[in-house]
Amino acid sequence: MAMNGRWGYRSGMVDLRRGEISREIFVNEDIYAEEQERIFARAWLHVGHESQIPKPGDYFVSSMGEESVILCRDRTGRIHVFLNSCRHRGMKVCRYDEGSAAVFTCPYHGWSFGTDGRLVGVPYYREAYHSRLDKEKWGLIEVAQLANYKGSIWATWDPAAPSFTEYLGGFTRYLDLQLDGWDGREGQAEVLCGVQKWMVPCNWKFPAENFSGDTYHNISHRSVDLAGIGPSGRSRRDLGERDVSRKLHVCIPDRGHQTILYVLPADKVPPPAYMNAPIVAEYFRHCEQERRRLRGQEARLVGAPGEIFPNTALLSRQPRTMAGWHPRGPHRTECWRWYFVDRDAPTEVKQFLRDYYIRYSGPAGMTEQDDMENWNYAHVASGGTVARRRPYHYKAGLGAGGRHAVIPGVVTEQPITSEQNPRFFYKRWAEYLDMGSWDELLDAQRAAV
Amino acid sequence: MSKPGVTPERLAYLDLLREIEDFFFNEADLLDERDYDRWLELLAEDIVYWMPMRKNVSYANRHDDVTAENDIAWFHDDKDTLRKRVKQIQTGIHWADEPISRVSHLITNVRLREPRPSLAEGDQATTKCRFIVYRNRLEDETDLLVGRREDTLVRTGGQLKIARRKIILDQSVLLAKNLTMFF
Repeated sequence: MAMNGRWGYRSGMVDLRRGEISREIFVNEDIYAEEQERIFARAWLHVGHESQIPKPGDYFVSSMGEESVILCRDRTGRIHVFLNSCRHRGMKVCRYDEGSAAVFTCPYHGWSFGTDGRLVGVPYYREAYHSRLDKEKWGLIEVAQLANYKGSIWATWDPAAPSFTEYLGGFTRYLDLQLDGWDGREGQAEVLCGVQKWMVPCNWKFPAENFSGDTYHNISHRSVDLAGIGPSGRSRRDLGERDVSRKLHVCIPDRGHQTILYVLPADKVPPPAYMNAPIVAEYFRHCEQERRRLRGQEARLVGAPGEIFPNTALLSRQPRTMAGWHPRGPHRTECWRWYFVDRDAPTEVKQFLRDYYIRYSGPAGMTEQDDMENWNYAHVASGGTVARRRPYHYKAGLGAGGRHAVIPGVVTEQPITSEQNPRFFYKRWAEYLDMGSWDELLDAQRAAV
Repeated sequence: MSKPGVTPERLAYLDLLREIEDFFFNEADLLDERDYDRWLELLAEDIVYWMPMRKNVSYANRHDDVTAENDIAWFHDDKDTLRKRVKQIQTGIHWADEPISRVSHLITNVRLREPRPSLAEGDQATTKCRFIVYRNRLEDETDLLVGRREDTLVRTGGQLKIARRKIILDQSVLLAKNLTMFF
């Protein structure tokens, strides 16, 4: 595998000039191992939401890359993220999914740790260690940096990583679409109780690139559109809003985050939605008016699938959910879905949305089921010696991206589809594997594609 | 404990239990033969079809090991949604189950929660049972989903109908990539 000198991407496997990407990066064990080092141990990763741990002592066991972590709130109310592994011999110190605890006690030899991570209990401390074990040095391994962005918790193992805000770059406003209220107020989101977790036999990058903005695959959802699960009884979601909007493929190339974005017309009220449930419809009509009042022109931006590099997916409207694609070896991904509502929304609205969300997404979701079939068997069919010799095709909209007067990043306006966003996802992926330092990574102003 | 005599009341109870078992076995056949339209006829119009998620909890919290009714679940469907699920499969382009999977439902350990001799028109009874749902798909894809079910049955027009179904799957992280099948 020769280096692609012109682009410098690893072994020429990500060739953005031609829009071709090697199948090897999905199935190769060595590349997978390198991803763990170069991507998951360095990048900012989504861990959970503060509404999951409202009180001191509350915890939620989450995942960062392959590893189990504990998201918890200590006795003073401060939020931490720890590696869920005892410092003595590695056993998981917390094996419940969530709850409240004063200490985490390892089942193996009984070391116990406070919710602030400090080692507070060592059996036979005097007899076995002659009281000379320095407990200060053997607390739980804590992430290097943690950020609470409008209630969503993010963390990185790399002390040299830039701040989360810098990591997001110009993408902040699209994450805002996920976390701000439907009525335009800041940070109103709460997580509905219960995070879906399920295993899919595919490489983690299949769902990641799908959510970066693969709008070409609509055709695979024809069956759910025919069944008509949308909240107005047709299609799989309310399409009125999208039908009157401009559709943009947006990416922040030097950060690797992408989204699909709809821009509502300035002079038109969006068509009604949620027509199957008058109370819900009325609630959203009210929210939409408020949003326009509070946010002005900015309220014209409507979120759609997006991906924060490397493995967090956004979907801010119908259904409103975030996903994590946790690698479990090159051939398996543990998918996690968090579902969001505004915390002030009426109970009836929350209930209606809950039912709609899980009808759409997750393993019983009538839309996502078909996605997973595609990721599963695309992955399987890519593993063969002959299959691996031929790259995947990412050429839709090649060279069409440009700059936009208001929207930051590279923007393609394309009513049907463009593969700009997946291309930029892999551009960033290759940069992480190629570049050893954050100086390089943050300065990766390579030629636009 | 003395052996219960075969009183008329006990015979009536056994007869009802047998009717209920037969109802479930027939339902399993309809599902596995993909006779979904007739399967839908077994469901009451106001059915609540609910599969909560399981949680890893301590022994002390053992009675709190499923997500609550207002929380996120695997399924929380009404009849309209179940009809749509059927309709989706019947399109023939629901790729997650096309080509069709091979599915077998095994229903066992059927009990009435509160034994009774009969179920009169309009009455309801709650049953408990175990299920094994085996799915084999394409070449080598196999899922084995095992758990408990609590069903509320109601007699309408002489026929049993399912008014409520709670499905308690014995998995926390779902090991099947999707749930295209019914339980």
